[in-house]
Amino acid sequence: MVLIYLDNINGAIKKSSLEALSYGAAVAKQLGTDAQALVIGDVSSDLSALGQYGVSKVHQLSGVNEFDAQGFARLVADKATEGNASVVVFSHSLSGKALAPRVSVRLKAGLVTGAVALPDTSNGFVVKKSVFSGKAFANVRINSAIKIVSLNPNAFTAVLGAGSAEVVTTAATISSNVKIASVSKSSGARTLTESEIVVSAGRGMKGPENWGMIEELADVLNAGLACSRPVADAHWRPHHEHVGQTGVAIAPNLYIAVGISGAIQHLAGVNRSKTIVVINKDPEAPFFKAADYGIVGDAFEVIPKLTAALKAGS
Amino acid sequence: MKILVCISKTPDTTAKIAFTDNNTKFDTNGVQWIINPYDEWYALVRAIELKEADASNSIHLISVGGSDAEPILRKALALGGDEAIRVNIDIDDSYTIATQIAEVAKSGGYDLILTGKETIDHNGSTLGGMVAELLNLPYISLATKLDMNGSIAHVTREIDGGQELDEVATPVVISAQKGMAEARIPNMRGIMAARTKPLSVVEPVACDALTSTVSFEMPPAKAGVKLVDAENVAELVRLLKEEAKVV
Ligand SMILES: Cc1cc2nc3c(=O)[nH]c(=O)nc-3n(C[C@H](O)[C@H](O)[C@H](O)COP(=O)(O)OP(=O)(O)OC[C@H]3O[C@@H](n4cnc5c(N)ncnc54)[C@H](O)[C@@H]3O)c2cc1C
Repeated sequence: MVLIYLDNINGAIKKSSLEALSYGAAVAKQLGTDAQALVIGDVSSDLSALGQYGVSKVHQLSGVNEFDAQGFARLVADKATEGNASVVVFSHSLSGKALAPRVSVRLKAGLVTGAVALPDTSNGFVVKKSVFSGKAFANVRINSAIKIVSLNPNAFTAVLGAGSAEVVTTAATISSNVKIASVSKSSGARTLTESEIVVSAGRGMKGPENWGMIEELADVLNAGLACSRPVADAHWRPHHEHVGQTGVAIAPNLYIAVGISGAIQHLAGVNRSKTIVVINKDPEAPFFKAADYGIVGDAFEVIPKLTAALKAGS
Repeated sequence: MKILVCISKTPDTTAKIAFTDNNTKFDTNGVQWIINPYDEWYALVRAIELKEADASNSIHLISVGGSDAEPILRKALALGGDEAIRVNIDIDDSYTIATQIAEVAKSGGYDLILTGKETIDHNGSTLGGMVAELLNLPYISLATKLDMNGSIAHVTREIDGGQELDEVATPVVISAQKGMAEARIPNMRGIMAARTKPLSVVEPVACDALTSTVSFEMPPAKAGVKLVDAENVAELVRLLKEEAKVV
């Protein structure tokens, strides 16, 4: 059995988890076994509908609604053992990063994080993963009996079919050593790693007061917002928007870079984007070498026009 | 309080990424090595700040690697570590590395074990969680802030769409990312002092590697940029719709 762990974000299953679900179902097919999902906590949607992604069963452990890496890892590992799972799939998300390594130790199961493709099972179990901050890929063999893979967001397309999953809900408890003192939400932020389109801007925007046009462009595209490191360092934009080698690594379908020179450390975090558009007034900006489409021009003139053209066309 | 900071040696951020031996090995030719930025800028610097606030805190550094990891440990000592430990095994299986660190930590009596959120070469994000599980300790991942109040750590970590403030009694394992501290450069006094700070080498414990790297690949090269005139943004919109099919 292939067990897929689904992140439960305040009762909702996120897109990256649905990708993991489809991925896990495809791995199960490859291995000639079935795929089952595990979700911890209460969920607001109908879990049986997850059958459309190719899982036969959804195990729900109810009653536990505060994430705790230690407690959750035990629940996941126990479910894997109980179901005799040969593969456990996570999304390489915030909670996946906290959980998968712990489950790996509990099950003594080799873990590959940041997977970008289905495993090659022709000779063992070899997983392709992103390394060197997106500048290369490594093919990593898992040698243990149980395998754990955590899938990069946006690396595998969730496929919808027909089907309904059996939902088995059982009560669970954990004891946590971590007390959650408070939670604060960042306003209006679309999760960057999940965004299919990202609009990003750099020092070329001159100052934080000029971000209005960037936000408008992002709005018409329903895009996430990102920035270069100096922009976050100068506190023009919040840290969580900083993309690159030392910030967030992303792989959207479309990355629009405005007034960003394209330094190697910046490219490292964004070069897995499927399509890159660069808008820069300097024709020699290194970013053009990594771009698919480009406009050489002043962002202050080009961006409002681009926003208007997109609005007109939609 | 005793703090253990995990230090990884990584290629400089501008290093040329290439592979040798039929794409099975990273080409180290001409590569400059640095302390993994997440380990240095965030985990180590925050540990140093905690020591500056309370001189009774001590900072131990650990790196699992060959003798070529020693210059990196010396640099971390120059920044402000008190002593360093190198576990003498060069391997890229994170389970083996975590096992070595956990082994040293078991007898070290550490209150805080800090790592960077990931290394910039393997991009694993695995070490902290594995060490925590091996030691049966709580783990706060992707932390952006860390303050101590007696033996209670107040840690802010990134969650989907926001931040969470956690309170946890030591010992605890924490992985650090941007926000935790600001990068520093070592000064001359630190560099001189580092030369005589203790750096011990311990032999690894036996451990079966759970993973092994088979080969590397480079991403396919881009076809080259298509430039659109600044006066004709509608053409860009058309290309994005009809050719790239992304909007
Ligand atoms: C160890 C290390 C790690 C790093 N990690 C990261 C990282 O993770 N992410 C990151 O982004 N950087 C990182 N950097 C920094 C990186 O090297 C660059 O300094 C940074 O990316 C530059 O940001 P920028 O492109 O916004 O600014 P600049 O390099 O100053 O570029 C501004 C660009 O805007 C253009 N411009 C100016 N005015 C206009 C206008 N009116 N219209 C259009 N274009 C205009 C200019 O032509 C220029 O190309 C790192 C550096 C180091 C040493």
